[in-house]
Amino acid sequence: MSDHEYTPKSKVGKWFNDRLPILTLANHLTDYPTPKNLNYWWTFGGILTFCLITQIITGLTLAMHYIAHADMAFESVEKIMRDVNYGWLIRYIHANGASMFFLAVYIHIFRSLFYGSYKSPREIIWIIGIIIYLLMMASAFMGYVLPWGQMSFWGATVITNLFSAIPLVGEGIVTWLWGGYSVDNPTLTRFFTLHYLIPFLILGLVVLHIWALHVPGNNNPVGIDIKKPSKDTVPFHPYIVIKDAFALLMFMIVFAFFVFYAPNILGHADNYIEANPMVTPAHIVPEWYLLPFYAILRSIPDKLLGVLAMLFAIIILALLPWLDTSKIRSAVFRPLYKQFYWILLADVLILGYVGAMPAEGLYLLIARIATFYYFLHFLVILPVLGFKEKTLPIPLSITDPVLGGSPNLAIAKNRDSFDN
Amino acid sequence: MTDKKPERREFLFTASYVAGAVGVAAAVWPLVDQMNPDASVKALASTEVDISSVKPGNTITVLWRGKPVFIRRRTQEEISEAKSVKMEDLKHPEKDEDRAKDPEWLVMLGVCTHLGCVPLNDKGDYKGWFCPCHGSHYDTSGRIRKGPAPLNMEIPKYEFVDASTIKIG
Amino acid sequence: MIISLKHIIKLIVILTLVNFINHIVNAAEKVELLKTDWTFKGLFGKFDRGSLQRGYQVYSQVCSSCHSMKYLSYRNLTEKGGPEFTEEQAKAIAASYEVKDGPNADGEMFVRPGKLSDKFVQPYDNVKAAQAANGGAYPPDMSVLIKARSGGANYIYSLLQGYEDPPAEVTLDEGVYYNKYMYGNKIKMASPLSEGIVTYSDGTEATVEQMSKDITTFLMWTAEPHLESRHKMGFKAIIYLIILTILVYFSMKKIWSRIESEV
Repeated sequence: MSDHEYTPKSKVGKWFNDRLPILTLANHLTDYPTPKNLNYWWTFGGILTFCLITQIITGLTLAMHYIAHADMAFESVEKIMRDVNYGWLIRYIHANGASMFFLAVYIHIFRSLFYGSYKSPREIIWIIGIIIYLLMMASAFMGYVLPWGQMSFWGATVITNLFSAIPLVGEGIVTWLWGGYSVDNPTLTRFFTLHYLIPFLILGLVVLHIWALHVPGNNNPVGIDIKKPSKDTVPFHPYIVIKDAFALLMFMIVFAFFVFYAPNILGHADNYIEANPMVTPAHIVPEWYLLPFYAILRSIPDKLLGVLAMLFAIIILALLPWLDTSKIRSAVFRPLYKQFYWILLADVLILGYVGAMPAEGLYLLIARIATFYYFLHFLVILPVLGFKEKTLPIPLSITDPVLGGSPNLAIAKNRDSFDN
Repeated sequence: MTDKKPERREFLFTASYVAGAVGVAAAVWPLVDQMNPDASVKALASTEVDISSVKPGNTITVLWRGKPVFIRRRTQEEISEAKSVKMEDLKHPEKDEDRAKDPEWLVMLGVCTHLGCVPLNDKGDYKGWFCPCHGSHYDTSGRIRKGPAPLNMEIPKYEFVDASTIKIG
Repeated sequence: MIISLKHIIKLIVILTLVNFINHIVNAAEKVELLKTDWTFKGLFGKFDRGSLQRGYQVYSQVCSSCHSMKYLSYRNLTEKGGPEFTEEQAKAIAASYEVKDGPNADGEMFVRPGKLSDKFVQPYDNVKAAQAANGGAYPPDMSVLIKARSGGANYIYSLLQGYEDPPAEVTLDEGVYYNKYMYGNKIKMASPLSEGIVTYSDGTEATVEQMSKDITTFLMWTAEPHLESRHKMGFKAIIYLIILTILVYFSMKKIWSRIESEV
């Protein structure tokens, strides 16, 4: 944050800015001092903004053609795919956009975990982020229901039935959610309403997320506090803007590949069969981005406890700033944490994998071990590690290692990406 | 970094901006075009109308592409009146022969060319149609004679399939 | 030691990912499916026009007596990227079907010849009628059938050729057939194709394999009518993105060089 007061040069600009200081805001955003050593894992914030806007724009245009009625939803989607001008393109961008959004958000979250971006003074940024993530899951789930295919219907049935695990009032809540005695037209119309609403809530939270970020400024791969502005920082524009643009374009190439050459690969074939309340598909799986939590749910042989474990697996993330007792942010200077970080990543991937497999035999055993480890990592390993771990000496500045006499800047510089 | 010298217009930057702008424009087009009539609307069929029961001096109204079409079996008086009008008296000069293939039958879109209301039959100063919304008067050939409408009522594509059937569209 | 552990974990991560993607792609593909040289696969994949037209012939003469195709209209047959019948051919095809229309001025429903804007005429009035006529099994609508089956085109292609005599230990009820590619191996549809069941108007020999290939190609098109324009647009879009990425990359290098020279 620049300390000097900004005054527009032109008279009109000044007149306007005195009444609505939007130019001051724009100036703050362009001049915003950003650590110069941010690596490409930091570009996913911009990429996520792109994903959100893409989803909102394509979603609005789809909503102009979609009919939220149990008898017509499937047909209206087919009409979008066949008759509406570029309807197929817009729908495939929207459907694959959801997956790309989650891909980006997972990278964003794991970047934060690696570099300790959730730690003081950035707890609020992190918690807002977790709320955004929760809303994304809710919105993605409800969006998947809208085409009213078999997976839509049975996914909606299974997920809403999670609430029946609540003692005493569970059944009543499920009936209330459905607006009937099963997932049916009232459920579809309310899901459409909420699916339409949530992205705008997310948009509002994103503003808060960025606002909260601009108070302490960005964390960085070295994880130390830096003076702003200083030799350690660059103005957001053009340095970070161009870097974000480059990363975004790389991301868009992957995105385009899915949209144009494998548009249905991340979906499930059963969702091209119209919903049928009398036949459940042989193998129900949620979308890939929900699989780790689905595995946790299934690994516990008790309805209520399973649902609680799944919820807790997400809530635990919000508590992370206090569960991680280490004062050192970046994993670069935490040799042990770094090992556990990679194990956690492997653990989550394994959970995702077994979540897609039938819940039986070896898969169930693996799911249970992985679930146990997931909680072990957050509840035991992280708190203990903060006290036990011998961290490496950290440099005083990202550009002037000489002052502190620390030889570790070289290490920090070379090791600040996942690649080595 | 703080001194902001006017940057030399690098070719590279210009090329990036231009290419980026082209891409954005190309991406916007599908979002605009999706609001145009879709393939099923464009393919909408023509309508065939049985006119055998229409008596002289009567009008029937049928729906075609969501708009009313007036089919009027005109009386001799109306036909001669329509034919006798001088071109210089018309705001939108069109001969009656160009508007009615068979002078007995007038087939036209029943939509006022002012702002799209449906005019009333047998009303107005010219014994043709009168639009109640903003007071446009049409004659027995559906031509605008008085009021704010700029053009005559539109003649759709139609043909006589046989003596008692008209195909519109 | 530390490095080796890290490498092992990375290996797990990569293997899990690969396995996972592999799993998504091949979900439920337990039996090795038959494959053939589909022209619509790949970066520039296009439909074989002749095959699409023959496929339509198979659909209309064989499949359509039980399977509906409710999201298609006769006009689609003329559209670019499809079988591309001429307008006259498609009109004649449409006119050969009787379409229920109405009500007319007297309030009665009537039957007239089909028009291009009409949807494909369905073999049964409703699902119940279809089930009643087929021993309780509903012959699925074929519009998006390829996308509705994991394995897609290869699955349908295999299924049509997968009828064989059941192994000794399997007993089949009346009206149930054995198919080695069907989920559970039991299918209520009798083998629909037999040598020469249609006579191709273009003179192609109507072997079961040829007909399976043609009808599958046709079904791929009905499921993805814009596949050709998708491939074309995709290629252009990706080339464009690559060029812009290169431009932006060098712009970025240029901008950042101001900083790096200072350090």
